[in-house]
Amino acid sequence: MSDNYLDMQLLRFTTAGSVDDGKSTLIGRLLFDSKSIFEDQLESVEASSKKRGVDHVDLALLTDGLKDEREQGITIDVAYRYFATPKRKFIIADTPGHIQYTRNMVTGASTANLALLLVDARHGVVEQTCRHSFIASLLQIPHLVICINKMDLVDYSEERFNEIVTQYKEFASKLKVNDIRFVPISALHGDNVVNRSTNTEWYNGETLLHTLETIHIDSDQDHVNARFPVQTVIRPKSDEHHDFRGYAGRVAGGIFKPGDQITVLPSGFGSKIKSIETLDGPIKEAFAPMSVTITLEDDIDISRGDMIVRPNNQPRAEQDLDVMLCWLNNKPAQPRAKYTLRHTTNDARCMIKEVLYKVDINTLHRIVEDKEITMNDIVRVKLRSTKPLFVDEYNDNRNTGSIILVDEATNETVAAGMIRS
Amino acid sequence: MRYTLTHLKELEAEAIFVIREVFAQFENPAILFSGGKDSIVLTHLAKKAFWPSRIPFPLVHIDTGHNFPETMKFRDDLVKELGVELIVGSVQKSIDDGAVREETGKNASRNALQTVTLLDTIEGNNIDAAMGGARRDEEKARAKERFFSHRDDFGQWDPKNQRPELWNLFNGRKNMGEHFRVFPISNWTEMDVWQYILHENIAIPSLYIAHERDVVRRNNTWLPVSEFITVEENEKVERKMIRFRTLGDITITGGDESEADTLEKIVQEVAAARQTERGNRSDDKRGETAMEDRKKQGYF
Repeated sequence: MSDNYLDMQLLRFTTAGSVDDGKSTLIGRLLFDSKSIFEDQLESVEASSKKRGVDHVDLALLTDGLKDEREQGITIDVAYRYFATPKRKFIIADTPGHIQYTRNMVTGASTANLALLLVDARHGVVEQTCRHSFIASLLQIPHLVICINKMDLVDYSEERFNEIVTQYKEFASKLKVNDIRFVPISALHGDNVVNRSTNTEWYNGETLLHTLETIHIDSDQDHVNARFPVQTVIRPKSDEHHDFRGYAGRVAGGIFKPGDQITVLPSGFGSKIKSIETLDGPIKEAFAPMSVTITLEDDIDISRGDMIVRPNNQPRAEQDLDVMLCWLNNKPAQPRAKYTLRHTTNDARCMIKEVLYKVDINTLHRIVEDKEITMNDIVRVKLRSTKPLFVDEYNDNRNTGSIILVDEATNETVAAGMIRS
Repeated sequence: MRYTLTHLKELEAEAIFVIREVFAQFENPAILFSGGKDSIVLTHLAKKAFWPSRIPFPLVHIDTGHNFPETMKFRDDLVKELGVELIVGSVQKSIDDGAVREETGKNASRNALQTVTLLDTIEGNNIDAAMGGARRDEEKARAKERFFSHRDDFGQWDPKNQRPELWNLFNGRKNMGEHFRVFPISNWTEMDVWQYILHENIAIPSLYIAHERDVVRRNNTWLPVSEFITVEENEKVERKMIRFRTLGDITITGGDESEADTLEKIVQEVAAARQTERGNRSDDKRGETAMEDRKKQGYF
């Protein structure tokens, strides 16, 4: 058997689009052509489609799994789908286009390497395209692929394609996205999805699947700023490992090696890395997103919520945070109410001290008059926490630059935040 | 040196992170252990998460009484090797106590009854986080499941009102009496599980590997003959080379005809499979939303 599965990478992407722009068809085609739909799944979807009086096979039924979704024909929640090619394994966070749009897309985007946005070739860049792109840039998804779909309905016109690309680039100049690509496709007929289309001889770029399989994602993680939030302390106290004391966690950035000088926050104590341990044996270096256990040369007091960093590259210690907040809960934010803030493996209480402005996500305009924070709002706020947190700017590191707020009365996650400079 | 992980290493790192979060955020977590490959992989990951310490929580097995004997032996050997506590919740006891009523008829199974025993076991042992090996690719209701899945004080799941889950920030806060189900291998597919078992050389029950066995053809699958099923007059007991893609109760788990007698061959077979692994599970065929209906009640 070939061992190429030991050389496969994982790419997480999110898809955005509304009911009519062919998102289900596109996902269906990716799954179909990569042989990720099974016969019994297809049979069951065919039967359900028939029962609902739909004349085609409604691929949305593959993952619209909840009873309400199937009955109402809508997607309520983010659905995760999986497929693989010999080169990569893919996780799709498929977000619904209408209900609670922002909340769902923010959730799906938070872990994505890439966002796939659909534009209907007949309609070009519309309000929704802007909204999706803004959220993708806000969540700093490293790569954006704009699929200009339904090319068959505009006679595979190169002119129309270029027109939309220009239109999009004009708008996107306001966004912070480094890597944007455009692919002319027809999800229905399969043009440029998996196979190159003979209908678009003028197009010299790659097919969508080839892009997904080869896009460079090694640099998506922060390999510069060494950050190790401690999850828990491992002390076996067994005869064999009597004096073992290890700090378990997942590398949030940078590279750690035995022998490295480190500083522990918030105490500020210094030490040296003795070893980096795993069940499979000690390793020479650890980088994001590895889960490892670090041992140090000196016995110092370290517990969950502390962060191991390099002495010459430390995060900022902040009690006043400048945050772009996305409100996720039905219950509006209460002025000066206290929330539990979660950041890496650390907890603190905090208060929304000031609302600077709200963003109109369709026009990107700042609204300064309206200070009320309700569901799906994106607002720039000042938070004050009860203790200093060790933070980076979200644009530098998604792991140490992100927070969530939890309502202390309901225990619900009510907001997601990205730390600004 | 490329600073990148293979897909299996990345999935492993994610699962270990989640397992450690459970340990740190809850007082009294446990692993739900069915003896199937997914819970075996989960247990293996828990071992990795805390090494060189032992796994710091018990394994919970909900025993329907309708087990494959191979599964029971495997469970007992593993518990001994890991040096962890085993908690058994007995469906037979729930029946004897009158908490549930046994189904009758030809396709009777104890599958649905497990929910009551499971919730009683969770409550009786004050378990506040029960980790399971469920995966999102298994079933459409599971595709909407969170890593940290909140259950109310009746153990129920409310799929329309789930907490949003962003980045790696998991919210395990709850009120008294409520608990969480946690699914560290949510993002794994059946293929990932098999590739990982092969790569890590993890021991699995022999039932997964092709072997000779007495079976009858029922509901389009090969059902193993055991003391718990009644062979009807029109059914013929045959001896076949069989392997199981999933393991549930012996009364509801159908096998596939297969020659795959090594892990390598199994991975090849999974790659070529045109049916989902749960296609042979009669518990999922009791209606379009059978899994969601059971999960809302508090099923695995």
